[in-house]
Amino acid sequence: MSFLLVQFLTGLAGACSLFLVASGLSIIFGVTRIVNFAHGAFYMAGAYVAYSLTTRFSGGLGFWGGLVAAALVVAALGALIEIVLLRRIYHAPELFQLLATFGVTLIFQDLSVMIWGPEDLVGRRAPGLQGAVDVFGQAVPLYDLFLIVLGPTVLGLLWLLFHRTRFGILVRAATQDRDMVAALGVNQKWLFTAVFGLGIFLAALGGALQLPRDAVSHTMDLRIIVEVFVVVVVGGLGSVTGAFVAALLVSELNAFGILVLPQISLVLVFAVMAVVLVVRPFGLFGKAEGPARPAVAATIRPWRVFGPRERLAVAAAVGLAALLPLVAGNYLLAVAAELLIFALFAASLQFLMSTGGLVSFGHAAYFGLGGYGAAFASKAFGLPMAGAVAAGIGLAATGAALFGWFCVRLSGVYFAMLTLAFAQIAWSVAFQWTAVTGGDNGLLGIWPPAWASSPRVFYLVALAAAVAGIAALRILVFSPFGYGLRAVRDSTLRAESIGLDRIRMQWAAFTLAGAVAGLAGALFAFLKGSVFPDNLGIPLSVDGLVMVLLGGVETVSGAVVGALVFRTLTILLMSYTDASKLVLGLLIVVLVVAFPRGIVGSLSEFLARRQDRAATARAGALKPAE
Amino acid sequence: MSPPLLAVEHLSKAYGGVHAVQDVSFTLAAGELLAMIGPNGAGKSTCFNMLNGQVAPDAGQVAISGRDVTGLPPRQVARLGIGRTFQITATFPSMTVRENVQVALLAGAGRMNRLAGHAGASFVAEADELCRLVGMGHAAGRPAGELAYGDLKRLELAVALANKPVLLLMDEPTAGMAPAERVEMMRLTADIARESSLGVLFTEHDMDVVFEHADRVIVLDRGRIIAEGTPAAIRENPAVRATYLGEGLTFGHAPAAGARAHA
Repeated sequence: MSFLLVQFLTGLAGACSLFLVASGLSIIFGVTRIVNFAHGAFYMAGAYVAYSLTTRFSGGLGFWGGLVAAALVVAALGALIEIVLLRRIYHAPELFQLLATFGVTLIFQDLSVMIWGPEDLVGRRAPGLQGAVDVFGQAVPLYDLFLIVLGPTVLGLLWLLFHRTRFGILVRAATQDRDMVAALGVNQKWLFTAVFGLGIFLAALGGALQLPRDAVSHTMDLRIIVEVFVVVVVGGLGSVTGAFVAALLVSELNAFGILVLPQISLVLVFAVMAVVLVVRPFGLFGKAEGPARPAVAATIRPWRVFGPRERLAVAAAVGLAALLPLVAGNYLLAVAAELLIFALFAASLQFLMSTGGLVSFGHAAYFGLGGYGAAFASKAFGLPMAGAVAAGIGLAATGAALFGWFCVRLSGVYFAMLTLAFAQIAWSVAFQWTAVTGGDNGLLGIWPPAWASSPRVFYLVALAAAVAGIAALRILVFSPFGYGLRAVRDSTLRAESIGLDRIRMQWAAFTLAGAVAGLAGALFAFLKGSVFPDNLGIPLSVDGLVMVLLGGVETVSGAVVGALVFRTLTILLMSYTDASKLVLGLLIVVLVVAFPRGIVGSLSEFLARRQDRAATARAGALKPAE
Repeated sequence: MSPPLLAVEHLSKAYGGVHAVQDVSFTLAAGELLAMIGPNGAGKSTCFNMLNGQVAPDAGQVAISGRDVTGLPPRQVARLGIGRTFQITATFPSMTVRENVQVALLAGAGRMNRLAGHAGASFVAEADELCRLVGMGHAAGRPAGELAYGDLKRLELAVALANKPVLLLMDEPTAGMAPAERVEMMRLTADIARESSLGVLFTEHDMDVVFEHADRVIVLDRGRIIAEGTPAAIRENPAVRATYLGEGLTFGHAPAAGARAHA
């Protein structure tokens, strides 16, 4: 009994940091409508800066002052990033905002390794709170009790700030209607900067407060961001009270989940989140959002099927690709097969994003499930490659159908956060369920049969699969189903009033895209001969988004070009620099700010404009003859 | 006797303390054009949204040809042959005018689940015919996203007509159109309705349109029906005049006897 009480207190203490970070995210979202993916990075930065300050300055003042100073320093940095970067993208589609802030996360990761080194750092214990108190015969750290009191205190202070100060009232007003606040003569720019700074202060303080409890590491950003996403989805985006209640709930579930399901305690959290979402789609304290902004900007140039010239060009490109084994060596062929597999993966994500209007931040989950499905089938059941690939597609489609059922009930940023949370859950199952998945060691020895084992033949197999898969996706785009999906994306109101079922159609699209990603993942497993948890990790999901964005989100060919360019770039980066994340993060930020339409998008825009100009010139030339 | 095309009984909806619609009952016969008028905030749009299931009523019942549809989602109401246009147009901006209509035709034919075959090549003749019918034949290949507002209203009508509906619900079908266009648009709707004996329920602020085309008029004020009758009767109704012209209490004298009910 006393053991359970102590466990309960541990949960309460853990909720404090989680609440601080989640409330910061919520406040920022409420006013700026940006889901700050970099929130975890600022949390991590808070911990690192606090480590440096508290080890440099001794004594109680050095420690407590160091924590607060660290939060202030990071908040100033956050405000600077808001001024330099976010101000340019407040009106951009949600996808770009999420990606840009993810780019910031990547930059922070490499910078933190450069500044503080790759090792985990253990900080100082809190002066004056080093001891423990006896609670029914069990020792409870004093610092935990301090955190338990701090959480509600911060909640109270935030309440006072929002209800008793002019700034707080403006923030609440802007949360309800920011245009009206601007119309009333409030300088929105500085209000946004101040709110962003406040949110970052809370995140950094949350990170700094972890110092006496846990080691500081450069993976703590992604770990916290997933939990924070779960907290805000459960509590309701924009609600500080919701963040508090949900942080308690999630933290207690973690504390007790370890007792019930030591291996995969996240599953319990996931189950609770699923139930909450089904009962209250906008979270416990959230309110229904207005009609979602488009996640991806839609142009009004309608899509059309390829004409004879374009078909010829595609056939020529495929023909040339099929001739590659005549000139290329084994290493180059293996790289080329990898590029093709990622082109297929990116195309499946592009279908979901542009035709479906669903921006998934966890698409790699289905790529990875495809790989694991193929690995299980080939290792445990001895299926041949074709059967194993089919099993991989089956597992990916099943996973996508299961997760998708929950995800498509939401839209916009909620959808993105939920897909990310599910992907992270899939990852932690693969990582922790060692008996089945091999954990971090992965599953090895998944090789193609003798006939396909030469790089030359495997390359051709990959080419055939990629061409077939991408062609199937393109057929789908122009099929009645594809049109219906676009109709639902363009105007759910109109689509429902002509008899279309949004949820069912988007669910089907999610499952289909998951199946194609599964095909890519299964082929990747056979290419590498192994599967690792990384195959379904968030970094790979984001790689997919960058591929699509780089090439241009609006066309299937954009995804293919983006995948080829991006993957080549990563392979080169990995061999030439240690700071590949830093370069990638900067690339993402530049792309979002300067080239939001990507390579193919910018190119086709250029061609269309030239055509228009030519047409105008021709019309002008004809006029005198009339 | 067969049940009326649309029968609304004791429909009510409150938002917080505001009774948007209170105890509204009326019927609509096939081939009839019924106008619902009333000042802003009278509850017209709320009433409309309850008819096709977009808003769930607090109380009351909506029946279409005798079938209770209260509480059904919009897509199921649509499948019973209800076409709907919106006060603020809702179309598919990334598609051409023709494709907008084709999607509606495909949805009506229950073919939206097909994963192959070119959607742009199906129902071309039917879609073009509908575009021509609403006067958009010349613009069938244009993207809906670049149409002027009046043309979007026409496109909405074509989409609503696509599946041979039995009942059209039109929320301010001529809002945002030029005066000449308004008359033409409503005349077109009336012709189509009488030809195929459709029932049409529409809200409208333009009284010229209402009095020229409606067979019958319902007047809503503060969520309640305050008058119902032929256009001529409504024109003379004192309660309606009071609603539209005010009772003159603010300035202390009654409206002139000869004033016309004109918004």
